[in-house]
Amino acid sequence: MEKNEYLELFHQMILIRLVEEQATLLYQQGKIGGFLHLYIGQEAVSTGLISSRHSQDRVITAYRDHGVAINCGIPVKIVLAELLGKVTGCSEGRGGSMHMADVGNNFWGGHAIVGAHLPIAAGMALGDRYQGRDSVTICMFGDGATNIGYFHEALNLSKVWNLSVLWVCENNLYGMGTSVERASAVSEIRQKAEGYLIPNSRVDGMDVMKVHEAAQKAIETVRSNRTPYFLEIETYRFRGHSMGDPERYRTSDEVKCWQDEEDPIGIYHKYLLDNKIVSSGELDVIEKAAEQEVQASVQFAESSPEPLAEDLYKNLYVEME
Amino acid sequence: MPRITMREAISQALWEEMERDSNVFIMGEEVGVWGGSYAVTKGFYDHFGGERVKDTPISEATIVGAAIGAALTGLRPIAELMTINFAFSAFEHIVNQAAKLHYMFAGQMVLPLVIRTVGGGGRQLAATHSQTPDVVFAHFPGLKVVSPGTPEDAKGLLKSAIRSDDPILFIESATLYQSRGEVTEGENLIPIGKSKIQRPGKDVTIVSYSKMLETSMKAADQLAQEGIDVEIVDLRTLRPLDMELVLESFKKTNRAVIVEEGWRSYGVGAEVSARIYEEAFDYVDAPIQRVAQKEVPLPYNRDLEQLALPQVEDVVKAVKEVL
Repeated sequence: MEKNEYLELFHQMILIRLVEEQATLLYQQGKIGGFLHLYIGQEAVSTGLISSRHSQDRVITAYRDHGVAINCGIPVKIVLAELLGKVTGCSEGRGGSMHMADVGNNFWGGHAIVGAHLPIAAGMALGDRYQGRDSVTICMFGDGATNIGYFHEALNLSKVWNLSVLWVCENNLYGMGTSVERASAVSEIRQKAEGYLIPNSRVDGMDVMKVHEAAQKAIETVRSNRTPYFLEIETYRFRGHSMGDPERYRTSDEVKCWQDEEDPIGIYHKYLLDNKIVSSGELDVIEKAAEQEVQASVQFAESSPEPLAEDLYKNLYVEME
Repeated sequence: MPRITMREAISQALWEEMERDSNVFIMGEEVGVWGGSYAVTKGFYDHFGGERVKDTPISEATIVGAAIGAALTGLRPIAELMTINFAFSAFEHIVNQAAKLHYMFAGQMVLPLVIRTVGGGGRQLAATHSQTPDVVFAHFPGLKVVSPGTPEDAKGLLKSAIRSDDPILFIESATLYQSRGEVTEGENLIPIGKSKIQRPGKDVTIVSYSKMLETSMKAADQLAQEGIDVEIVDLRTLRPLDMELVLESFKKTNRAVIVEEGWRSYGVGAEVSARIYEEAFDYVDAPIQRVAQKEVPLPYNRDLEQLALPQVEDVVKAVKEVL
């Protein structure tokens, strides 16, 4: 990897962290409505993963999507505008936190019904195969989604039709407040892929370099073999499932332990310095610039117009009555 | 014009559209090697091949979900659900995905998708396999719901549906597949969202669609012998619901009977009669009547099943009620 690529990974992780911290404040101020699922703690997962894709590769994910949106190239100001429900947001204020997308950047959402986007991912891979493209569809989901029927139907179909899908399970150990052990027959989620004869592996999701390498390998395996692959990425969310989560299902000691010892940004910061890839001064500059970008983006979002009332029915159909 | 069956009309529409556009393909249970469980796609697999006539596992949610995904990549999938009773297993993907994505992502996602399925009772398949839940799906904005009652409409509407960029649920009636009618030769695209006068008359308006159009036509024939002149408006599309001809007809006859195969509560009759009362109250000469399925899970026993389904006599009786 070139030096600027290392720096870009750091930049993206910092941006995600700062956006999520801003979102917390905006939510507390009542400016963000609905649910808000933060990506803090999981930044290395999508940053490492999406930095490994080619531009023709599609990305589709679940509702914890702000980080993925940023990694896929949606400007921070557009993400924040969507959180505030503004017409300048990527879904023009119709989707909110859980429904961000940017088709131009091959980011296909932001899907809020657990597991429902997995069959859609299989279909996108089918469409690409049908049209002779060598794209890979990267489909991200949480550990909780592996217990719903859609997951099993979609994995099965992907194998039966040998679709070019990279299934990526972000195992953050809890589906809402229910731990993997209490919800899933196997706690090593990748084992579920075995039943469908889909090759698989597991990687530490707090280390962006490990994720990046595993993802690169997995994506190219899918592309060259024209078969699905299953990558389990072990991670941990540092915040509640969504805002207002009382977190009765885990101890504050457990959370603190992860934050102190497994912070993906801290780990990567140390990696860059230990390997003398960059100086700490350079990282400070990136951090300062990211802070400024996020501040300017908040201003952009706050000063953006609301959607127009007369546009309530906009995009209901392509062919209107 | 040649007289062909509804099955042939639908099959022709699919065949012609697949010949015309290589982005059109079919996926569903037993659509390929078997030839379709209602023989609608018989011969397709040999002619178009397995890549365009795709047999799927029994995974309804994923049949619709994958068709959505393929549509997002620019294809024009026709997903077949063997019966509408199995659409409940795909309910999430029909009403919560297909119906939402275009609007919710500000028009970025376009789904040129047709979901073909078959509904209706009368074949002694008992409660789980005999339903007409059309209104359940028509409830959701973002989806279009089409249900033809004649071979001519079936062919023209299906061809339009395949060329449309919107997600469309296309509901056929199993007991209409053998019914015959004249079908225009060559290209005849029928616009989605337009009702049609299937029989002109002046005394009373019957509003119906799909299988119950046939039942209503028979009732109108009987009533004609008694000198009662019935006008029949075929909705053809449940969403968007075109009330123009219904209101026009009602303002002329001042009396209406609405006939549907599904249950009465919250049904097509409820919706259409409410709209007539809202928009043509001054023209009402008699309370609007609704003919619908009796509110039980449809029984297996032949006599009980027929008792529960709307019959020609029920329509005749309802018409006399409003006169």
